[in-house]
Amino acid sequence: MRRKFPTLTIPRPARLAFLFASLAFLVSFPFWASRYWVDVGFYVGIYALLGLGLNVILGEVGLFNLGHAAFWAIGAYTTAILNVRFGVPTLALLPVSALVAAGCAWLVSSPIIHLRGDYLCIVTIALGEIVRLVLINNPGGFTGGPNGIVGIARPFIFGHTIRTPIDFYFLIWVLVALCAFGLRQLQRSRIGRAWNYIREDEIAAAAMGVDVRALKLLAFVIGASLAGMAGNVFAAKMRMVSPDSFTFMESCLMFVAVLLGGMGSIPGTIFGAALVVLFPEIFRPVAQYRMLFFGLALAATMYFRPGGLWPRRRTMEFATKEP
Amino acid sequence: MLTFIQQILNGLTIGSFYAFVALGYSLIYAILKLINFAHGDLFGLGAYLGYTVFVYAFGVIGSKFGLWGLLPMGFVAAAMGTAAAGLAIERVAYRPIYPIGRLPAVVSALGMAIFLSNFIMAIWGPRYLAYQESFIPTGFWQIGELRIRVLQVLILLSSVVLLFLLYYVIEKTTFGAAVRAVALDRETAALMGIDFLKVIRFAFAVGPALGAVAGVFVGMYYRQINFTMGWVYGLKAFTATILGGIGNIPGAMVGGILLGILEALTAGYISAAWKDVFVFAALMLMLIFRPTGLLGEKIAEKV
Repeated sequence: MRRKFPTLTIPRPARLAFLFASLAFLVSFPFWASRYWVDVGFYVGIYALLGLGLNVILGEVGLFNLGHAAFWAIGAYTTAILNVRFGVPTLALLPVSALVAAGCAWLVSSPIIHLRGDYLCIVTIALGEIVRLVLINNPGGFTGGPNGIVGIARPFIFGHTIRTPIDFYFLIWVLVALCAFGLRQLQRSRIGRAWNYIREDEIAAAAMGVDVRALKLLAFVIGASLAGMAGNVFAAKMRMVSPDSFTFMESCLMFVAVLLGGMGSIPGTIFGAALVVLFPEIFRPVAQYRMLFFGLALAATMYFRPGGLWPRRRTMEFATKEP
Repeated sequence: MLTFIQQILNGLTIGSFYAFVALGYSLIYAILKLINFAHGDLFGLGAYLGYTVFVYAFGVIGSKFGLWGLLPMGFVAAAMGTAAAGLAIERVAYRPIYPIGRLPAVVSALGMAIFLSNFIMAIWGPRYLAYQESFIPTGFWQIGELRIRVLQVLILLSSVVLLFLLYYVIEKTTFGAAVRAVALDRETAALMGIDFLKVIRFAFAVGPALGAVAGVFVGMYYRQINFTMGWVYGLKAFTATILGGIGNIPGAMVGGILLGILEALTAGYISAAWKDVFVFAALMLMLIFRPTGLLGEKIAEKV
């Protein structure tokens, strides 16, 4: 009953041509699209960054994480608190947000990393809820309660203030491009192969001397740091943060973006993120029913393409040689 | 002392809701090894179906039967409707997908959860609906300062009765043996001549039906329902399932009641705003130190 979906092997020049065509599209997009669609493009970028982070955890290592929004929230709130209270420039907080999110990920995932499959899934759901509830409950007056924090300063770079939708569009997509490139290198390194080994057979990987625990933690830390960066840019764009933005639903959508695109596939994840953001936009005329269709579409996609819409080519993994 | 007893009573009531919903999760997880994310929303659907049945029943035939004649009718109708929805979801969204792999099944389940909550919103609207006074048993007993509502007793009694009934079916009957066999090893069970599709259908009819009963009770107890209630109760009930040990029936009951009491006590003595944080923290501690749940070790593989 297990069906195989053979992926097309596309020749390298065609793939390069496609890469450049999509890059050209992404770069030119804000110059001919309306402001509204540039904003939509920005959100695609945010979800792409979140999806890429989750893809490391879920796609590369196979750890079910349904609480990724927690790290996004931590990044966004780090930016908001440090900027509004202490006046640190927003863009300078980008690495800080990433580090804080990564540190939190290391702290909370250390005790739970040994859990498998569904149990890890439940713990991460609980984690996401705990973070959201703590933000709402406003401990020490730091998080601003249900209303959140307003008045985050605009980021500036080389004397240029990032202000218009186009500025933000480029900010997020440059980040996505850098992260995608870095992750691609990581994917093809020893670490990436070890991750995939753990995903396919954890016990065999441990028997071969792969440090399963350390590599799983590394995946969590890297995934969370990307989410932290997404949080920073998101906070800078919205100029406010509130707990409503970081619900369980958001975690679900990221999870769905990775699986729709294809686990472990970087272009697939970006594509999946685009689908998750664009689906409700395209179906805005039937606003009341769009999420209804979205739910159905999810089930249907999993039936027709269980490996995702743009799965990673498995043959390449065997073809790559040790440098 | 009085507040303590009152809080325990509240906790038992809320715990019964969780136990009801937890049973559905547990049953389906035991058989399919799938977290049925749509289960919480099936519970929500039950609450709405019950509401509609009550509104029509009281409007049309209310005078003939009275409250106690109509209550069972509402429960049966809601349970049957929700069971039908559960079976339909199993047929359409799970059966074609679960042989492919567990992750696609999880996504499909999430898809169904999104579908169901939006389906409820599309039909009944996004606003809170109120269960009217006329279809709720409002009586209570006053023992000194302590007030015990008839509804609370009804909820507790029916949870105990239904759970024992289910426990009896699973543990003592031939069909129950088939269910347990499928939970242990589906393929071997099939080779022994057990129709595992029948067992799966059983789980997807009984689980949502119990969820629907809980949904109607929640509507009566809190007097209002909303299309997002499925997420909230689903998550809590799943926590209860894990606390008790996933895949066993007394465990779901114990986990549900414990969770309810924990929630009521933290709300009463520490802070209502932080009660959910305590609940989820308890879940995390539980999973770190005893991942199989409270009753998990003894009968881990049984339904």
